[in-house]
Amino acid sequence: MDFGVLQQYGPLLLRGFATTVFCWLVGTLLGMALGLLIALAQRYGGRPLRWILQAYIEVIRGTPFLVQLFVLYYGGPLIGLRLDAVPAGLLGLTIYGSPYFAEIFRSGFTAVPVGQIEAARAIGMAEPVVIRRILLPLGLVSALPALVNFSIILTKETVILSIITVPELMYQVSRMSTETFRYLEANLVLALFFWGLVEAISRLGRRLERRITKHLVERV
Amino acid sequence: MVQASAVEIRKVNKFYGPFQALKDIDLSIPPGKVTCLIGPSGSGKSTLLRCINFLEPYESGKILIDGQMIGYDAPGKPMSGRRLRDMRRSIGMVFQQFNLWPHMTAQQNVAEGLIRVRGLRKPDAEERAAEALRKVGMADKMGNHPARLSGGQQQRVAIARAIAMEPRLMLFDEPTSALDPELVGEVLGVMKTLASEGMTMVVVTHEMGFAAHVADQVAFLEGGELVAVDTPSTILHHPRDARIRAFLRTYHERNAF
Ligand SMILES: Nc1ncnc2c1ncn2[C@@H]1O[C@H](COP(=O)(O)OP(=O)(O)OP(=O)(O)O)[C@@H](O)[C@H]1O
Ligand SMILES: [Mg+2]
Repeated sequence: MDFGVLQQYGPLLLRGFATTVFCWLVGTLLGMALGLLIALAQRYGGRPLRWILQAYIEVIRGTPFLVQLFVLYYGGPLIGLRLDAVPAGLLGLTIYGSPYFAEIFRSGFTAVPVGQIEAARAIGMAEPVVIRRILLPLGLVSALPALVNFSIILTKETVILSIITVPELMYQVSRMSTETFRYLEANLVLALFFWGLVEAISRLGRRLERRITKHLVERV
Repeated sequence: MVQASAVEIRKVNKFYGPFQALKDIDLSIPPGKVTCLIGPSGSGKSTLLRCINFLEPYESGKILIDGQMIGYDAPGKPMSGRRLRDMRRSIGMVFQQFNLWPHMTAQQNVAEGLIRVRGLRKPDAEERAAEALRKVGMADKMGNHPARLSGGQQQRVAIARAIAMEPRLMLFDEPTSALDPELVGEVLGVMKTLASEGMTMVVVTHEMGFAAHVADQVAFLEGGELVAVDTPSTILHHPRDARIRAFLRTYHERNAF
């Protein structure tokens, strides 16, 4: 083992990690937003819309992320969608995560007791207000653990972005490996970075969960 | 009897798929009076109550609230969401499971409708909410979330949430059935006060004592049919119909020990 090379490649690896975190964060947030829209449209939309969205969910969930990225990055230009590596990666992550997030939100909404929604309707509350004030906050609470969990899974999907030359951590690690033949060291660094990221996210998630469920649990 | 009904139910039929839950129901709810709906489990009491504020749509017949049909502009022609919401504003509802919003304090639960439906400013809504909570004896627990209230306290907050909207009509669906026996009294007490102030009330209940002492009329349902409507003493003490006698017999057997 020779960690001397790390000094030389340190800045590069750090930049790669920053790109990884950036891609993960933006892709996850956009994927969540799209997933939320899909879940709401499935709940309130008409039958044709629901059918189309269900088909979308099945297709995206049924194909590997790698294939989706290839289609987007190399197939996109054929239909006039020419994206740089990073935007393509972000769009890819957004699309890839959206059906999973949609399903998580859908089951979160299902967990909200119907009676609490009826209570809002019974006083004459308009449906958009019911969504904003009752369905979303309560649905989010029950969806939170699954949201955090899937966000953690997504951190590791970002390595696939290296295939389309997004200069994230995996990309830089590969570069370092081929240039120095220090495969073991390079991949150890990779593992350490990801472990740290995942640990940070799950801690944050647990703290968030404690905070928002503080009032919801029976006298403890 | 020239006074118009607060609620006029005429030939109402309700289906769940092929199953008919209500059959040709005719019932007048007089204003300022308490009407109790009783009957065996599955007889359609909740369904009928929920048709009154159109939480449950009915297929045929009419339900008039202060002379205005709810749910439809004309038979077969559903009314707009906005008009339905306007009508619901004047109908309070109290559920068996309280259905308070767990992420809001008692005061926020009561103020929510005032802010989002009535358009009050937050401080005014909070003041009105506090007033309603005082009325149900919950002034000292206004800042508690539902998880930190007993069942009886939650139900009183739910009643405050309804009365804060200043409804002309209150619907109760077994408001004390989910409560421990020692908590039933505090909720019934609040309901009695409301009744004595002249609130029009429709109450689905298994509390025969409440029906006997507070109701002005009692309606008995069975199998989706309205078997009889009469004074409490006639229904509960001198029932003519064999089905009512059978129901009361089971009730007394269950409550004897
Ligand atoms: N959403 C529904 N879908 C199908 N059937 C229903 C639905 N809601 C109620 N029913 C049926 O309609 C009938 C009347 O139900 P309802 O809840 O009105 O009875 P209830 O008199 O309130 O009974 P309980 O005293 O047990 O509350 C029952 O046979 C019930 O199974
Ligand atoms: Mg019922």
